[in-house]
Amino acid sequence: MSVITYRQALHDALRAEMLRDENVLLIGEEIGKFEGSYKITAGLLAEFGQKRVRDTPIAEEGFTGAAVGAAMLGLRPVVEIMTINFSLLALDQIVNHAAKIYGMFGGQATAPIVIRTPGGGGQQLGATHSQNIELYYAFVPGLKVVAPSTPADAKALMLAAIRDDDPVLVLENLALYNTKDEVPDDVAPAEIGKAAIAHPGADITVVAYSRMATVALEAAERLAETEGIDVEVVDLRSLRPLDRETVVASVRKTNCAVVLEDDWLTYGIGAEIAATISDGAFDWLDAPVRRVAMAEVPMPYAKPLEAAAMPSLDDAITAIHQTLDAANRP
Amino acid sequence: MPSKTSRASSRPPRANAKPPRVSDEVALSHYRQMVLIRRFEERAARAYTEAKVGGYCHLNLGEEATVTGLMSAAQGSDYVFTNYREHGYALARGIEPGRVMAELYGRSDGVSRGWGGSMHLFDVNARLMGGYGIVGGQIPLATGAALAIDYRGGDEAVLCLMGDGTTNIGAFHESLNIAALWRLPIVYVVVNNGLGMGTTVEESSAEPELHKRAASYRMASARVDGHDPEAVREAARIALDHARTGKPYLLETISGRLKGHSVVDPATYRSKEEAALLKEADPVAAYAVRLHERDALSDEAIAEIDAEAIATVAAAVDFADASPHPDVSTLFDHTYATPVTNDSRRLPGDALYPAEPKPALETNGARA
Repeated sequence: MSVITYRQALHDALRAEMLRDENVLLIGEEIGKFEGSYKITAGLLAEFGQKRVRDTPIAEEGFTGAAVGAAMLGLRPVVEIMTINFSLLALDQIVNHAAKIYGMFGGQATAPIVIRTPGGGGQQLGATHSQNIELYYAFVPGLKVVAPSTPADAKALMLAAIRDDDPVLVLENLALYNTKDEVPDDVAPAEIGKAAIAHPGADITVVAYSRMATVALEAAERLAETEGIDVEVVDLRSLRPLDRETVVASVRKTNCAVVLEDDWLTYGIGAEIAATISDGAFDWLDAPVRRVAMAEVPMPYAKPLEAAAMPSLDDAITAIHQTLDAANRP
Repeated sequence: MPSKTSRASSRPPRANAKPPRVSDEVALSHYRQMVLIRRFEERAARAYTEAKVGGYCHLNLGEEATVTGLMSAAQGSDYVFTNYREHGYALARGIEPGRVMAELYGRSDGVSRGWGGSMHLFDVNARLMGGYGIVGGQIPLATGAALAIDYRGGDEAVLCLMGDGTTNIGAFHESLNIAALWRLPIVYVVVNNGLGMGTTVEESSAEPELHKRAASYRMASARVDGHDPEAVREAARIALDHARTGKPYLLETISGRLKGHSVVDPATYRSKEEAALLKEADPVAAYAVRLHERDALSDEAIAEIDAEAIATVAAAVDFADASPHPDVSTLFDHTYATPVTNDSRRLPGDALYPAEPKPALETNGARA
């Protein structure tokens, strides 16, 4: 067991898989000589050479599609898209191609690629560099989308994604790269499609993923200490497939729920969670499902405006209090 | 709009003025292939009007010489990626015509098991790596296949086919740049039939001599008469040899599209004169005349080859008609290659959580 950053956990998973399987190669902008915009791939060019760590021109559609084509012939490319915002330039190759290869030809070909890309916000990066648009991919059958919130999950889900025969988008997060936690040295690949109870509790369910799962845990710890409120945190970990059973089972136990999400509220991931709870736990609910989500604006640059747009720990705690009030359980 | 097209000004002289470039035996096999494609496509169009074939259906009519010449140049181990106008390529790669027709019919014996249809033919043994329906979508994929060959040090090459309109999409330029930078074994072939749906090359491309676009990537290129299967074969061989040494290549073939964009398009944007000229330049008829003139093809052989093709296509239709529809129970079989927990197998009318008995309310308001 060692305490490492989320960044190091991702790096270690990539390196381990490259050592294990010579079909694994890395493709992306500035991942080699520059060692990655966020340094996940630092040192890998020196260790594995240009054949396996390929710097690309600025051509997201071209290199993402090339990774899919190489995967169809049996390679296992891991593509870095510098931030999820730029993935829109590769949307056709991800949605119309990677996600369709297996079904469209009747199961004759697979596209085992991994797309690593961070979402984010909160760093004054402005409207086009602060979006959380994982929903676009979580919507599409044929893709798998995982969203680790801890270093241990980052490693375990990355290992699983690389070994999976389907296209997997691994949603990283700018704000999580420097977070530290314990990671077992021999961590096994995670099971894609399973949520985790990150903090067991009896009073209220908080559902979240990626950065907001860490906010949910903070809220749970603070409310336990200061007010004795027993929050159960469900960390989704996988957005497609979605582990509805774990969410519904938790809400049937606690009878109320809050969803925390870094994307926009209208049509967002939280809307799907709320609908799932309505489907699966309607008669168990003591209060409407509450959602805490990004303000619906193009993200402004100015710090006070940006801070106001982003969901915070205080927002989460307020929503938990108000939901417990609505459930008549102050 | 330019009054004179670059196509007309650079069209090579009449095909039948050319000396033979292949043996009579190869020439005859080309001719047989061209006639089979012609008869298959005509029959596919009929099947569409009979509502046996659904969706979109784009035909290689007028491109028979191009298809035949290209596929004749490729090795069996080379990979072919193409777009949605692709039936001829599947036949020329040696796939059973019955399995191709069955795919058009959406049947379980189709090359893609009924999951693809006319636009998405695939056969891994024939190394036909798919017909793709999004214009230009196949280009990055084909480039990646060439990357995989290069990665493993293989001696195969990739043929990536596309239409003339495709050269204006970003994926074309991104991919040619990547292939040139990485020295990938790939030949990009622009099958220039003069029209992207109803828009001419001159209306859509600022450089209408499309092969010249390779210059931006310091890539070798050539333009060849797509009505001449022997010229296409020779040009494609040169291109493939080039590609196998790590120098990607752009080949442009010039042909006509005898019918509309798809079977439902009456092509009213074309003049009668243009249609008449196309008919006159019909590559199948022209090649028959040419082989006849060099005594490689008798009148009897022409009739015999045609009868054979018609019989083959009729058998393909019978095979397709007899093939079972895919069973609805297989609907969820091809979403994921690696089975995954919580994968949805819900049919449209299914409830996520079918109604259960309601929990009993206890007197204090807490619930069971």
